[in-house]
Amino acid sequence: MLSPRTFSWLLVALLVACFGLAARLEPQFQFMRLDAAREAWVLDLHSDLRPLYLSRATGDFFNVALGDSRRMFANEFFVKADEYYHSGYYPSIFDDNTAFKTAHMAADTGAVADKNRGDEHGFLGPTRNWIDAFGRHFFPNRHTHLDEGGADDLSGSDDVREILPWLKLSSDLDPDNVQTYTVTAFWLRKRMNNVPEAEAVLHEGLRNCPGSYEILFELGCLDYESHHDRERARNVWEEGVRQWRKAYPHLSPEEQKDSQYVMEALTTHLAKLEQDNGNLQQAVQWLQEALPVSEVPAVIQTNINELKYKIGLEFLPQLKPLY
Amino acid sequence: MNNISAVAGIVIKELYRRKDFYVLFIVTILICLVMASINIYNDAHIVRYLKEICLDLIWVSTLVIAVTTTARQIPAERENRTLLPLLAKPLTRVQLLLGKFLGCWLACGLALLCFYIFFGALAASREHHWSVLNYFQAGILHWFLLGIVVAFALLGSLIFAAPSSNATICFVIIGGILFVGRNLDRVALGLGAVGRNLVLALYFALPHLEFYDLRDLVVHNWPTVPWTYFCLALLYAALYMAVFLIAACLVFRRKAVN
Repeated sequence: MLSPRTFSWLLVALLVACFGLAARLEPQFQFMRLDAAREAWVLDLHSDLRPLYLSRATGDFFNVALGDSRRMFANEFFVKADEYYHSGYYPSIFDDNTAFKTAHMAADTGAVADKNRGDEHGFLGPTRNWIDAFGRHFFPNRHTHLDEGGADDLSGSDDVREILPWLKLSSDLDPDNVQTYTVTAFWLRKRMNNVPEAEAVLHEGLRNCPGSYEILFELGCLDYESHHDRERARNVWEEGVRQWRKAYPHLSPEEQKDSQYVMEALTTHLAKLEQDNGNLQQAVQWLQEALPVSEVPAVIQTNINELKYKIGLEFLPQLKPLY
Repeated sequence: MNNISAVAGIVIKELYRRKDFYVLFIVTILICLVMASINIYNDAHIVRYLKEICLDLIWVSTLVIAVTTTARQIPAERENRTLLPLLAKPLTRVQLLLGKFLGCWLACGLALLCFYIFFGALAASREHHWSVLNYFQAGILHWFLLGIVVAFALLGSLIFAAPSSNATICFVIIGGILFVGRNLDRVALGLGAVGRNLVLALYFALPHLEFYDLRDLVVHNWPTVPWTYFCLALLYAALYMAVFLIAACLVFRRKAVN
């Protein structure tokens, strides 16, 4: 039997523990609602909270719960979205996935370099035995894309909406992955005609990845094709080119190769915009910028020659015989 | 047949008196409703992720119900000392086993029916149409898969000492077959001669439960499976049920009941 004195000591000990815990937790709680001015001050006082700063201060649940492993999950969900894009017809780890190195839903946006080789229709290969042959009747066994009719060849192109939940989850888990924003915005805009949501996604992407030339390219496309705002599109694309020039020297060789694809898209789009506006000289300049980064320089050169020829025709009436 | 149906009736009553099914069913409904309430870019027609989550939950729930219900049947009778009085009545050991199997399988069928009605309602609320034939094929194949699982768990309950160990082993084997069963022959190619032959023998001997998994076809609105292959798959399942039940009868015939 415990004496009343023991109970009193236990009570005091509990009170001290509660007070200590509260004192420990309070600054962490304050992080959830700090204004920018007080952040540095609190971080100076409680340097041990620095690792918590990014997660709790921004209310990022995934960061707290998963840490860096969230990027791995984010990639899984991105692949899951591509699997939905194929209505479930997707290679497993046992199949030949050379035709699925780049997600088709990303490659089809035209803003990502396509690294796929091999046969996308027949990654399953010839049937291996009767069990394999029989089993192929019980899972998706035909290559289709959701925006081209889907599994039953009857669906509308807006069925591509089905990839969006996985893309959203992927971007929530890894806010630094630029491709998730551009792919989401492209399909929202192109196939679902949901321009406001697409724009919101791109702006969120810019907030999380400031200076991303991929997002700026997609934002320029949105302004040019959906808002028909040429001035704004030009400004955005030109900003994209500036950001690319700034980032390019710091990229790895492989990243540089991938980024050249975006730079080519930016410059050719700018050239087209200038050509539509009648600024042929400016268009030629953009095409000349595209020349060193293009995978098909011959085609770019042909376009340059054509534009130069047109410029020559413009000046032809002003020419006077020398003699 | 009367004896078998009487035993089966008791097993079915046991299912709806226990809380397992209700808990799993309510948890499935709650998770699906929460997932359905998520706003994804203001689009109310997105449905496939919901169908997939719902079907995944149904698969897990029904496998849990099938394995746990079956695994405790014979051990519970033995523990409660009701096995001997039961066999003292005009009831053979084979009839008892068949009754237990039929009861568990029918109970799983009833649970499956409830789950699939909910799934159909959930899908129809977004898609505004019912792919009745697809759901029928998926449901029947799923039920036959559970038949194989029930027969296998019944055999396990006669071999393994405790229901918990039997259930764990059943889950591991079923999970293994569902995840890598289709590609075991390819796994075999990377092994040495002995290992390859062993794995290949397993590949041809194990029941290929992946035939009964039409989740991808249902989620992505693929056309129905050709009916010839559908019927052949049912036949294949019936064959494996028979194999496991015969094995269970042979084991039970020599088993001491006291």
